[in-house]
Amino acid sequence: MSKSLYDLIDENKKKTYLFIFGFTVILAVLGYVVVNLFHWGIPGYALFAAIIVIYNLAVYYNSDKIALASVMARPAGPEEGMLHNVVEEMAIAAGIPKPEVYVIDDPSPNAFATGRNPSHSKIAVTRGLLEIMNRDELQGVVAHEISHIRGYDILLMTVVGILGGLIILLRDVLLRWGIFFGGGRRRRDSGAGVLVLVGIVLAIVAPLLVFLIRAAMSREREYRADADGAYLTRYPEGLAGALEKIKMYTGKLRRGSEATAHLFIANPFGQDRRDVRGLFASHPPLEERITRLRSLSL
Amino acid sequence: MLAVIIVAIIALAVALMYNRLITLRNRVKNAWYQIDVQLKRRYDLIPNLVETVKGYARHEKEVFQKVTEARTKAMGASSVKEASEANNMLTSTLKSLFAVAEAYPELKANQSFLRLQEELTSTENKIAFARQFYNDVTMQYNISIQKVPWNVLAKLFNFKLSEYWEVPEVERGPVEVKF
Repeated sequence: MSKSLYDLIDENKKKTYLFIFGFTVILAVLGYVVVNLFHWGIPGYALFAAIIVIYNLAVYYNSDKIALASVMARPAGPEEGMLHNVVEEMAIAAGIPKPEVYVIDDPSPNAFATGRNPSHSKIAVTRGLLEIMNRDELQGVVAHEISHIRGYDILLMTVVGILGGLIILLRDVLLRWGIFFGGGRRRRDSGAGVLVLVGIVLAIVAPLLVFLIRAAMSREREYRADADGAYLTRYPEGLAGALEKIKMYTGKLRRGSEATAHLFIANPFGQDRRDVRGLFASHPPLEERITRLRSLSL
Repeated sequence: MLAVIIVAIIALAVALMYNRLITLRNRVKNAWYQIDVQLKRRYDLIPNLVETVKGYARHEKEVFQKVTEARTKAMGASSVKEASEANNMLTSTLKSLFAVAEAYPELKANQSFLRLQEELTSTENKIAFARQFYNDVTMQYNISIQKVPWNVLAKLFNFKLSEYWEVPEVERGPVEVKF
């Protein structure tokens, strides 16, 4: 390992705060425009400031719940005893508290981790994953997720995913409003015009932001979680075998979305096609990950 | 004035280093406690397992006796070295118990046996992973107190080297323990 775990944690925390700060700036500009537009004055600014602070706190404390809810994850019951056991084993290996365990009722094999720190972390796996993996393979997948938790990847990945998703949502709403006002009431042309303008700016910014998310979530992060996970189990073949099985499966996750795609261990939209494999791919190709795992010497 | 500043800086450095050593030592203690929790869990599971297997394989007395003896010995261990040796012994007797169980098809179909088997497999894994973590933090701590200038501080405040949990030769390689 060239970079120590503590460097990684620091870097991830810094990036998270940077993203929250960047988003705050965007919201502030938006607030400034709206307040000026409707001549709300000082109370308007105060209101927006309060909204921004509350909003950021809400994202920091609840983004994990939003991510879990968006894929309809439910807490794992006592009948999923082996899953509970495997998660606890890997938490012990990493020296972190046992994360909460969730199951997504979906036949596509996949898994992700979320939360703001190791003491408030969650692991979700799909029913499909539990069905096709043996104990060693499940352990490999869980070890990969535990590595994301221990390195604070989860905080950055989740916050960024939720913020990116919100920008896209905001863009759609603003564009729709702008067109609605613009078409319906000629008298408020100027207001509608500004909304459309903001919408267009967001339309340009949003894809860029998604790109930034992908860049920040760089493929290196997945490779590193693979390697760290293999180091936890001291058995790279477990995860390699699991990735082989995921490669065989061609279906998609039913509730996958662009905002949370990068959280998963494998692309929820199926394997990246050859033409989009370049810069915009959210995950490194599975074959490459398997090859790297099999060449690890522990 | 300069002397005061230098003394203050040295005092601060010593305090920071001392705190770092305390953190590391507590991490070792905590890792040891993790192993201990799992060992106790295994001691609790064994009588149930022996009773269940006895119901089907009454005449394998020798194996039961060995498991029970190894358990008693492990429970009485007082140092890290003793505990690691006794528990490695217990692990190998449990392996022979599960090997015996292989010969009894009805036993292998018994629900409570299967549940106990998963619980014991998991507990074995937890012990192995807790041991791995313990040895990792022990290494960090031991390296820290042997390096200059930490070694001076360690001697001054009586930080002792922590013992490794020995891994038996046959168990090296993948940690996963299969019965």
